[in-house]
Amino acid sequence: MSKTITISPVTRIEGHAKITIQLDERGNVTDARFHVNEFRGFEKFCEGRLMWEMGGITSRICGICPTSHLITSAKAGDDILAVTIPETAEKLRRLITLAQWIQSHALSFFHLSSPDFLLGFDSDPATRNIFGLITKDREFARRGIRLRKFGQEIIEVLGSRKIHTPWAVAGGVREPFDAAKRDHLLALIPEAKETALLALKTLKSIHQEFAADIPNFGSFRSMFVGLVAPDGALEYYDGTIRVMDGSGNIIADKIDIHRYDDYIGEASESWSYLKFPYYKPLGYQKGMFRVGPLARVNICDYIDTPLAEAERKVFKAMAGNAEAVNNSFYYHYARLIEILFAVEKAEMLLHDPAMLGTNIRARAMINRRLGIGASEAPRGILFHRYEVDENGVLEKVNLIIATAQNNLAMNRTVRQLAIQYMDGNKITEGILNRIEAGIRCYDPCLSCSTHASGRMPLHVQLLDCEGTVVSELRR
Amino acid sequence: MAILTLTINGEHVSGKDDESLLAIAEQHGIRIPTLCHLDGLSDVGACRLCLVEIEGTPRLFPACTTKPREGMVVSTDTERLRKYRRMIIEFLASEGNHQCAVCVVNNHCELQNMAYETALTHVSVPYLYPKKELDASHENFIIDRNRCILCTRCVRVCHEVEGAHTWDIAGRGIDCEIISDLNQPWGTSESCTSCGKCVLVCPTGALIEKGEAVSEMEKKTDFLRYIVTARQKREWVNLDSDEE
Repeated sequence: MSKTITISPVTRIEGHAKITIQLDERGNVTDARFHVNEFRGFEKFCEGRLMWEMGGITSRICGICPTSHLITSAKAGDDILAVTIPETAEKLRRLITLAQWIQSHALSFFHLSSPDFLLGFDSDPATRNIFGLITKDREFARRGIRLRKFGQEIIEVLGSRKIHTPWAVAGGVREPFDAAKRDHLLALIPEAKETALLALKTLKSIHQEFAADIPNFGSFRSMFVGLVAPDGALEYYDGTIRVMDGSGNIIADKIDIHRYDDYIGEASESWSYLKFPYYKPLGYQKGMFRVGPLARVNICDYIDTPLAEAERKVFKAMAGNAEAVNNSFYYHYARLIEILFAVEKAEMLLHDPAMLGTNIRARAMINRRLGIGASEAPRGILFHRYEVDENGVLEKVNLIIATAQNNLAMNRTVRQLAIQYMDGNKITEGILNRIEAGIRCYDPCLSCSTHASGRMPLHVQLLDCEGTVVSELRR
Repeated sequence: MAILTLTINGEHVSGKDDESLLAIAEQHGIRIPTLCHLDGLSDVGACRLCLVEIEGTPRLFPACTTKPREGMVVSTDTERLRKYRRMIIEFLASEGNHQCAVCVVNNHCELQNMAYETALTHVSVPYLYPKKELDASHENFIIDRNRCILCTRCVRVCHEVEGAHTWDIAGRGIDCEIISDLNQPWGTSESCTSCGKCVLVCPTGALIEKGEAVSEMEKKTDFLRYIVTARQKREWVNLDSDEE
């Protein structure tokens, strides 16, 4: 009799999900799925609200990356006002975007994923968490927490609060920066840089230790999508869309973000509230692509900060010259390169005199009925698309979230891990955790991606061929 | 006009017979919570927050529209009154669509402040989630009826101070709402002078300026004292000082 194993809830991710693994009569894995079982409906209930409110409303989607929604919403707002924002405002927005990367990436690596690496996939789940990490390596954990705090500190200094700041608005930002704030942040840079380098060193030693496991963590070719700067540099705030295939060929480039709809479609499945974005020219399923750190570090021509660029070269060398790095385990590596980049870039920005300007906001009324904003959120490219009436009241909203864009790849990763590790009908803690860890590579944020709410536990079900639950494991 | 003596919260006070209990209490440093009252506008007793107890009758009286009587014994801050005040705010919260976190006047809202003051920690009655209209047709301003508490300050300031009488109330009971002219989009109103007084006196985020983002708007009602004093006494007060 065939069975389905369900892992529910999936733990140490941001959101609510379960995994089901379908087995045939002989206990072989026939399918595995990552289900997201929460729904919130932001796109719908924002209709009828005001364009100016969207930064505040959409940033409430999430407590981890509200700043990414705020910035992207403000950019869609700039588009509706049809303004070019002042140079100071753009640079300040860039700084807060980097801060968002630092705090979110530090959370993903130190708090959520490093317990697997430093304590082991098979260690006791009761202590395989940030607290277990503190017991094992207090200084490492402390540094990780402080790195996240550094990112949050920048957000607070600019936006007056760490979470859900309403500081960025259509047309610019609300409060200027000053020299005292700049000096305060500059003083924190050396420790942040040191921690980013330490994390990279630690991760690289893990690559050797987990050499046997790594090839199973979502190793497949897919396309990579993200923003790049006009000169091909790693981009986080602006730029145009670049699409690379798994062999490292650039198959589309310099796509204006206003044309995202020509390239990215959204499919739905009955078994998940998380949509399945795909690359339109290739159609659903064939159009699987990945976004986020792995994609960004793959697609860019270079990184314009020295330490991160040196690390990017090491990263790219893993794939061979003509290839893209296709293994999702290296999301972690790319993420840490991005932390290093963000710290270096933040330092460069802080030294820029334009940051202290006081012209920070362009004022205008509704000049366009359609506004599109895009930026690179920590987990990948984020789109906000607003259609408004002549008074700025929203008629239609489309939000395409990074985690959703990784949905096809996350499902593929879960399948690959299940096939590799499932042995008959038995499901052990170590297998369970490896499957979860596969998901964690993507650092999914499910509250954002489904615009969903809720706790964040893991639930696995084992189903027979008729779909009856045979066995179940919850955490 | 006669001067009367009465007791408020055990304190002997005096006041003119044509003044309200609210005004007399204020003159003696006794604060009574209000939402619909605003110095410079007539009082209508709409919000009922200023209800007080008067010895000898079980009824409660709105201090803003109740005149004093000789020997009256008034209580403004009893357990019963505190309970009713919290209940009034609770009903207002459940009756509209008040989402402070994403509101333009978050942290500058009189309704929100009153919720803090009355220690409203949760709403125990079901939210009604009414479908109310947001009108952004005016060039400079927006009315979001979801946040309106029907205090009628906008109606009064427009009628009594500006003299335009653009705003009025339509409907009955829970269906009451503020309308402009003959219930038409604000942007098409012929009587509106776009002076913005209604926006400034609105205690919540129901009337706001266009282009403002979350928690960005702060209402300032000082202008009313300036205009009313100028009109009634032919004196142009300095708003930076407390002197009248």
